[in-house]
Amino acid sequence: MKKKKIVGTTIYHVLVLLGAFIMVYPLLWMIFSSFKPSATILPTATQLIPSEWTLSNYFTGWKGFMGYTFATFFKNSFFIATLSTFGTLISSAFVAYALKRLKFGLNRFLFILVLATMMLPPQILMIPQYMWFRHLNWVGTFYPMILPYFFAIQGFFVYLIMNFIGGIPKELDEAAKIDGCSYFAIFFRVILPLITPALITSAIFSFIWRWDDYLSALLYVTKADMRPISLALKLFNDPSAGSDIGATLAMSTLSIVPATIIFLFFQKSLVDGIASTGIKG
Amino acid sequence: MKKKKTFKQFLGQESTAGYIFSLPFIIGFLMFMLVPMILSLYYSFCKYDIQSAPQFIGFQNYINIFHDSSFWKAMGVTCYYALIGTPLKVVFALIIALILVRNTKLTPFYRAAYYLPSIIGGSVAIAILWRRMFEPTGTINAVLSIVFPGITNFNWFGEGSAIWVLIILTVWQFGSSMLIFLSALKQISKELYEAAVVDGANSWKKFWKVTLPLLTPTIFFNLVQQTINSFLAFTQSKLITDGQPKDSTLFYTLYVYKKAFPAMGKSQMGYASALAWIMLIVISLVTALLFWSRSKWVYEE
Repeated sequence: MKKKKIVGTTIYHVLVLLGAFIMVYPLLWMIFSSFKPSATILPTATQLIPSEWTLSNYFTGWKGFMGYTFATFFKNSFFIATLSTFGTLISSAFVAYALKRLKFGLNRFLFILVLATMMLPPQILMIPQYMWFRHLNWVGTFYPMILPYFFAIQGFFVYLIMNFIGGIPKELDEAAKIDGCSYFAIFFRVILPLITPALITSAIFSFIWRWDDYLSALLYVTKADMRPISLALKLFNDPSAGSDIGATLAMSTLSIVPATIIFLFFQKSLVDGIASTGIKG
Repeated sequence: MKKKKTFKQFLGQESTAGYIFSLPFIIGFLMFMLVPMILSLYYSFCKYDIQSAPQFIGFQNYINIFHDSSFWKAMGVTCYYALIGTPLKVVFALIIALILVRNTKLTPFYRAAYYLPSIIGGSVAIAILWRRMFEPTGTINAVLSIVFPGITNFNWFGEGSAIWVLIILTVWQFGSSMLIFLSALKQISKELYEAAVVDGANSWKKFWKVTLPLLTPTIFFNLVQQTINSFLAFTQSKLITDGQPKDSTLFYTLYVYKKAFPAMGKSQMGYASALAWIMLIVISLVTALLFWSRSKWVYEE
């Protein structure tokens, strides 16, 4: 009986491990291929580990195209993703506090609006927003990719933080109030420190989504020096850029490094965030 | 001095604080959602090429859309993708969740490996990789030809199979649905299973009579979310196939984009606005349909 169980467990692990390998195989293929001499990547496509290791793809790729290196593109992406994430966090936390804890006339109405915006996909707003930003003369600037996020436009994050505030005992607010704290002091001294886990989860998702955002870059970036990594990679891969497969795979690998590092370090926050809110990935 | 104090009192009121704290959303909603939506509703009744002033033409855009064969093609492609991709993705997510619910020392590692594709799947890097992998000389054909020697140089980007390259890509990203299933599975109480065993149920019966009914709310949730996502797929089809060949992967959002920002010729913003409004109505209808079906098969405690 015991022997049978060991055999069963072994088979289980072998099969699950095989599945896991198939799942990450495309990524492994990309990473390992980026260290092969460019000309050998396709002929040795079935061989995962390079027989000859080289960093030359990274050097060629980093030079970029049309006079801009990948340093520019990475810097742009970091700038956009960091600022828009900061805006999302602070504005969503404000709104979540108001909707969850404060009584005022429009509270219920605004909450329903937040839920409605969660259902309204950004792709639907693509054309309307483009025309509006054109009126505002924002096309060709970073504004459309950063400023809206300072106004809690992603209802999903408001909802996530609201749920979290719901778990904080109300007695804490009341005790602070008796001590003479204003609502602003309660928010900054009591609520904000306690919702750190929700803010971390939100920051991770926001950063990764903004980093990957290709549609906004496609619509609003008109100058070469403002390209974020998503748009730059796409152009770099075009045959007209004269790209070679090795350099493209090397830069693609670099572009997923931030998301992968965040994933490895904050796996628990990510998993908890998804489990508690049913986020899309 | 007295005036200042009353202002302070006003600030100290709970309702004042409520409005101040929700101000970002109020401004954001007006500025970045309501105004653009109203603008686009107006433009959807106009002929508008961005360069010259919009010209009111009534329902003409909507009438033209109805007779536009590319519109119907895009609608068909999107429905095909949603109707095949979504169930496949949810079924995969459920099966893997059932396998990974068993707690072993290696489980966190497995969970990470199956979830990782969801985290990075939306990036341009993955789109580029997918295109390269499915090229006739790419790694997919190379690996397949080891198992099936006849398959060399199969053209994945042909008319019938190109959509499948995109379906495989979306199914590959079943990780977040899987995590939602995993947390739901952990909430099913052990006593229910024990009671089922007392009643003489085997594992097969336990799954059909206990696990599956209790998971239906989660299945419903995942189906709604993934269906909406499939209807809105843009980046990956734009980057991997650009709607080709012969519009066989022309997703609806991509069609809207191409009307608004054509590679050649004049922009048709009015027409694109009308297309976007139709999409919003279709998505609302599909969501309503799913919610209507809810009472038929979702188990409520």
